[in-house]
Amino acid sequence: MAATKTTVDITAAMVTEAVPLADWLLVAPVLLTMAGGAISIIFRKKSATQPWIAITTIALVILSNIGLLNHVLTNGVVTMVMGSWLPPFGIAFTADPLGALLALTASVATMCVAVFAMNSIAENERRYGFYPFLLMLLCGVTGSFLTGDIFNLYVWFEVLLISSFGMQILGNEKVQIDGAVKYAVLNLIATTLFLAATGLLYGLVGTLNMADIAGKLKAFDSSGPMLGLATLYFLAFAMKAAAFPVNFWLPASYHTPRLVVAAIFAGLLTKVGVYALLRVMLLLMPEGRDWLASLIGIVAIATMLTGSLGALAQTDIRRLMAYLVIAGIGAMMAGIAVGNEVAVSGAIFYSMHSVLIMTALYLLVAFMFQMSGTFSLREIGGLYIRTPLGAGIGLILLLAVAGLPPFSGFWAKLLLVAGALEAGRGWVAAGILVSGLFTTIAVGRLWIFAFWRGGNEHTVDGIQALPIAGSSDASEISWSIWLPLVVLTALIFIIGILPETMMSITENGAKTLIDPTAYIGSVFGGIR
Amino acid sequence: MNTLIFRTVAPYLSALMMLFSVFVLLRGHNEPGGGFIGGLIAVSAFAIYGIACGVSAVRRAMKFHPMSIAASGLLLAVVSVLPSLFFSQPAMTSQWLALPFLGTVIDLSTPLFFDIGVYLVVVGAISSIALSLEERAD
Amino acid sequence: METLFSVLVGILFAGSIYLLLSRKLVRILLGIAILGNAVNLLIFTAGRLTRDVPPIIPLQSYLPVEATANPLPQALVLTAIVISFSFLAFFLVLGYRAYQELGTDDLLDMRVAEPKEHSEPPLGY
Repeated sequence: MAATKTTVDITAAMVTEAVPLADWLLVAPVLLTMAGGAISIIFRKKSATQPWIAITTIALVILSNIGLLNHVLTNGVVTMVMGSWLPPFGIAFTADPLGALLALTASVATMCVAVFAMNSIAENERRYGFYPFLLMLLCGVTGSFLTGDIFNLYVWFEVLLISSFGMQILGNEKVQIDGAVKYAVLNLIATTLFLAATGLLYGLVGTLNMADIAGKLKAFDSSGPMLGLATLYFLAFAMKAAAFPVNFWLPASYHTPRLVVAAIFAGLLTKVGVYALLRVMLLLMPEGRDWLASLIGIVAIATMLTGSLGALAQTDIRRLMAYLVIAGIGAMMAGIAVGNEVAVSGAIFYSMHSVLIMTALYLLVAFMFQMSGTFSLREIGGLYIRTPLGAGIGLILLLAVAGLPPFSGFWAKLLLVAGALEAGRGWVAAGILVSGLFTTIAVGRLWIFAFWRGGNEHTVDGIQALPIAGSSDASEISWSIWLPLVVLTALIFIIGILPETMMSITENGAKTLIDPTAYIGSVFGGIR
Repeated sequence: MNTLIFRTVAPYLSALMMLFSVFVLLRGHNEPGGGFIGGLIAVSAFAIYGIACGVSAVRRAMKFHPMSIAASGLLLAVVSVLPSLFFSQPAMTSQWLALPFLGTVIDLSTPLFFDIGVYLVVVGAISSIALSLEERAD
Repeated sequence: METLFSVLVGILFAGSIYLLLSRKLVRILLGIAILGNAVNLLIFTAGRLTRDVPPIIPLQSYLPVEATANPLPQALVLTAIVISFSFLAFFLVLGYRAYQELGTDDLLDMRVAEPKEHSEPPLGY
């Protein structure tokens, strides 16, 4: 029953030209992670080979994503449609600089977590499926970044969500189940709202392809339904990104799973929400963004202040980090609220930076716990004497998250503030700077308490208290813990010293988002 | 539930349902059916067999662990995406191969293998949930 | 027809939000189940409703011979049903485990992750 009984010419709806091999880089990350996940499920009993399957797969994904980013930067936006069906019939995978950059960053962060987990995830938890879940999570995340179809985006959201549920309850402790209930219910409600918005959008324009939607909404004469949809999308993605006032699930759950799991969650999951906001607000509904700009700005500032003030008020280091995640989300949303090229470029830069820094910070917490045996700011202390290298890494990471130079966070915030001032939204710039000040105080306190003072609370200066039971010596820390920390710190440092390349990529990404001609052209125009 | 009649009928019934599930799977390309619904029918067969004869009997009958079945299905689905790579076509473009066999022609295609992959994923994933729930009920 | 369905979707949404606002975990799970179905019905309605003409193309043809029901929302709804079904299964197990482990299904009493009495942050050096 092959194509022999052709009564109409269907080649008009199909890709007929040869597709360059490089375009396969678009689907390669998804295919590789899916295959790697399947293989590691088959070999789930062999817990010694598990990490290596995952590391090999992620290494291939990193290589493919580097190739993809290079491809996108040299040839412009790249599109591949599934099954040769031309858009809007086939599901399109479309990579612009934003998606390709975030996919690459996400795979690097996942690699660091995979290496770090070799020593910190117990044998039985590996058998329970840590590595398969990790690979499927990466599959969902890169799929979200690279897809060009809004319903497909929903499907990738669910892929990453179900793997994150599995990882959240790894260990089966009371506190994890408590955290998982809140995390799971609120995230599912958010994706269901996203689905509802997508259904309504389909009813409005009759298409699901993002490029097609962008073109059709521009030609739409009545803006009322579109503004309602933009608001619904904003609520759904703000919930996923943990923006104020729908952020409370994040500090309630991020300190409960294993710390490597929290690292990958903090690095990737909220950023997927921000990515979706960037995509929908700027590419699909720029008119809706203009209308919502003030609201997004207020939400962004409230989120930043909640995050930084919340971080100041914590005793538990893990919860402190959770609030730092929220503060970062606020900064990225500020970029969306301002919406000009500089600010959006800053938001993209910040997303990239945030993936690296939040992963690194949670890994640092795990490292600090191993060194000191406690998460409490009151009991921790004396780490500088025991590990000067660790203290140096900690200082760099904590200054970077506060946005101080010369690290990557500085340039992101610089772009955001410059963009806000350029657009005449001084109050957004003020919010970014004030929240940066609070964050600096919070992380400064953390570093002084954990690393600089001699021991736990009330230790007199110049005296080193005895280490707490359960802590270990710096020489006992294995390479699999040092390596990811050092690599992430080095990346953050190098991007901070040499930001020009990164800035040109993010600027390119912002241009593609704000002026969708190239994006639409890639999907519909030059059928590659 | 666990009556003599049920225990006697269950093996035949589940064998018949397995056969039907494969039928539904194979006719799926051009007519209603396909991997997902076929997989669900196969899982129902396992569930019936499990209710009648116990979970351990089902696990023995399945030979492989459900998760391995699901994973191999996923792998098969991924592999079925690849052939169009060699013809310079976009991913998932269907490739057909007409195979003469005993006087008739069998149309083999990549969508068929993708569908078989879906079937295995559904069989593996849902039956592992069903079996663990049945185990808890015991 | 669409109007009637829209009203029905609205009623389902209202019911599910009422249940989601409850303190009992079981009711929240029921709310999630209804929310999923409300959204499915919404997608279905958004794709416009056509009665009696299934979107099946005859064997000899590559195009439907007459105007049929829109097949795309059906595919979307099928995907969404599968996903919401598996999530609901996961949630039921999670809710059961939470009840077993925490001994309550009242969200206000689920404070293991965020205990009510927490120590103050260090106020001095």
